[in-house]
Amino acid sequence: MSGIPHDHYEPKTGGEKWLHSRLPIVGLIYDTIMIPTPKNLNWWWIWGIVLAFCLALQIVTGIVLVMHYTPHVDLAFASVEHIMRNVNGGYMLRYLHANGASLFFVAVYIHIFRGLFYGSYKAPREITWIIGMLIYLCMMGTAFMGYVLPWGQMSFWGATVITGLFGAIPFIGEPIQTWLLGGPAVDNATLNRFFSLHYLLPFVIAALVIVHIWAFHTTGNNNPTGVEVRRGSKEEAEKDTLPFWPYFVIKDFLGLAVVLVIFWAIVGFMPNYLGHPDNYIEANPLATPAHIVPEWYFLPFYAILRAFTADVWVVQIASFVTGGIVDAKFFGVLAMFGAIAVMALAPWLDTSRVRSGRYRPMFKWWFYLLVIDFFALMWLGAMPAEEPYASFSLVASAYWFGYFLVILPLLGVIEKPDAIPETIEEDFNAHYGSKSGEATPAE
Amino acid sequence: MLKKLATGAAFALALTPAAGFAAGGAGHVEDFKFSFEGPFGTYDQNQLQRGLQIYTEVCAACHGLKFVPIRTLSDEGGPGLPEDQVRAYAAENFTVYDPELDDDRPAKPVDHFPANTAAGAPDLSLMAKARAGFHGPYGTGMNQLFKGMGGAEYIASLLDGYTGEEKEEAGTIFYENTAFPGGWISMAPPLSDEQVEFADGHANDVHHMAQDVAAFLMWTAEPKMMARQTAGFVGVLILTVLSVLLYLTNKRLWAPHKGKKIS
Repeated sequence: MSGIPHDHYEPKTGGEKWLHSRLPIVGLIYDTIMIPTPKNLNWWWIWGIVLAFCLALQIVTGIVLVMHYTPHVDLAFASVEHIMRNVNGGYMLRYLHANGASLFFVAVYIHIFRGLFYGSYKAPREITWIIGMLIYLCMMGTAFMGYVLPWGQMSFWGATVITGLFGAIPFIGEPIQTWLLGGPAVDNATLNRFFSLHYLLPFVIAALVIVHIWAFHTTGNNNPTGVEVRRGSKEEAEKDTLPFWPYFVIKDFLGLAVVLVIFWAIVGFMPNYLGHPDNYIEANPLATPAHIVPEWYFLPFYAILRAFTADVWVVQIASFVTGGIVDAKFFGVLAMFGAIAVMALAPWLDTSRVRSGRYRPMFKWWFYLLVIDFFALMWLGAMPAEEPYASFSLVASAYWFGYFLVILPLLGVIEKPDAIPETIEEDFNAHYGSKSGEATPAE
Repeated sequence: MLKKLATGAAFALALTPAAGFAAGGAGHVEDFKFSFEGPFGTYDQNQLQRGLQIYTEVCAACHGLKFVPIRTLSDEGGPGLPEDQVRAYAAENFTVYDPELDDDRPAKPVDHFPANTAAGAPDLSLMAKARAGFHGPYGTGMNQLFKGMGGAEYIASLLDGYTGEEKEEAGTIFYENTAFPGGWISMAPPLSDEQVEFADGHANDVHHMAQDVAAFLMWTAEPKMMARQTAGFVGVLILTVLSVLLYLTNKRLWAPHKGKKIS
């Protein structure tokens, strides 16, 4: 699969040849796990494995949870309590699944920001990046619908608020909202379709993950230098790379194990830390909770959604130009989805020829500011919509868009990049001394 | 809708959606000491039994525990009553409607505690998780690791938080309470000193009874807490060992490529 020259699987025995000429599956697996991988990958590259683990964890725990869960407004909440009290190990299954969603998002955000810093989105890896963004969108949909299933107060009112966003679309918004909900309000029909889609989407994600892996196995991994692996010959390529198995499998598993120590401690000792107490109250359409807050991983985009109120001049201009069709509410929805769209367009907005942020003296600081901006938005998303938070949200949202739409295109023109190493081997040796590859292997 | 969104979130920190009482007329939650706090905390069986007695004699008049099967009173990590006592307890204290008999009959251990909506009082099965008492330091909620969510502290603070002041509003009497958000609660003070007599002669003033019943309600909300913490501890231990082994494997695997000698 890889464009980097390397050894391929050769069937040896009669049986192997028989299978290989009919279905080259062993060869496919061999090529996939033996892919030449840049040997200078740092620890920011472990999150792909963590994400794969999360997907597997969520699917496995989810399938078992479904065996005991009942998607009906009168029974859902009680069936979750049944899982917690009567099902063998049910409390662990549920807490693993609920906190697994948080780990999934921690991992995906680090994975995305790693890509943004090292320029992993740039040619020729745009498809990998776009597929990744689609996976991220599917994850958000899945997580949102999964949160509705326990049918607690925050489930119900979160669903009411979020589906209300679609109601903000001019003219067709309300019919769309009704169609999504299966009725005029969040009810049994909504719970049932969310349950169905919550079960379906992870398999869509799994398929997208395969395409994601296929795409970057075709282009080869990016690496901290952003310099491509030499492909002139197998010998040359082998100076820059090591096979994925065992070198990176073991390294990634080490990273995963350390992450899981923390994850398991949270599940075992404070499993409700990231949840909301209101979700232990059964959904009640007649009682609105004092504060409706999304899960932590939605907060940055929730802050952007709320930032654009009717008194903001861009909103007023948009409203004036469109004759009132784009009101503050719809503008907020557009801004929220736009915030993800500009991120997806990064491959074409970034004009710099240099891939890695390591060699971009100005870019670095703008990037660090973007990370701070992201956390600031997350904090602001949890704050009440009043001053000074409203103004802060607006500034933070503006920077998010500014980074992608103004700073990335401009920096490529005005920035003078630092010297870049010629090869990955050079970078690796500079770090570990020039003896590399020549020392006697163990035993 | 945006207005609704706009009046939405009001929590102390992004990563602390559990900080339910960080804002808006929050009551004062006192930091009662409970035996189940911290990663290695355990339920005090005697305290759970006293709490059960208080619940049965006082709270059950208005509040149900509809998610709790009566049989779990004999579960490990709970009040741990012997099965014959649970059978007697169920039959003596509760009647349930049996659709097969089309009539009421005395409760059996397989039944749940009855729901009770008579006085419009909320069900207490999950109350200790539906209220968060703690969210510090600085709103991070990190103290949950050592204190739990604080729902039990909230319940104890509420029961012990009546000032004795009353007011009437639109025909309803409200009682001033230092723990209740807003300060005025429609539940009359449920406990009074020496209201419940314990077989072992344990202190039965309001302060102590509030803690005992709060501990019992923590158990009804999280009956598998002790098993969960054991699983957490064992898992962390195994994963730590696995991490060390992987660290050593990884170091040895890469050493020749990093130009290092292996001893």
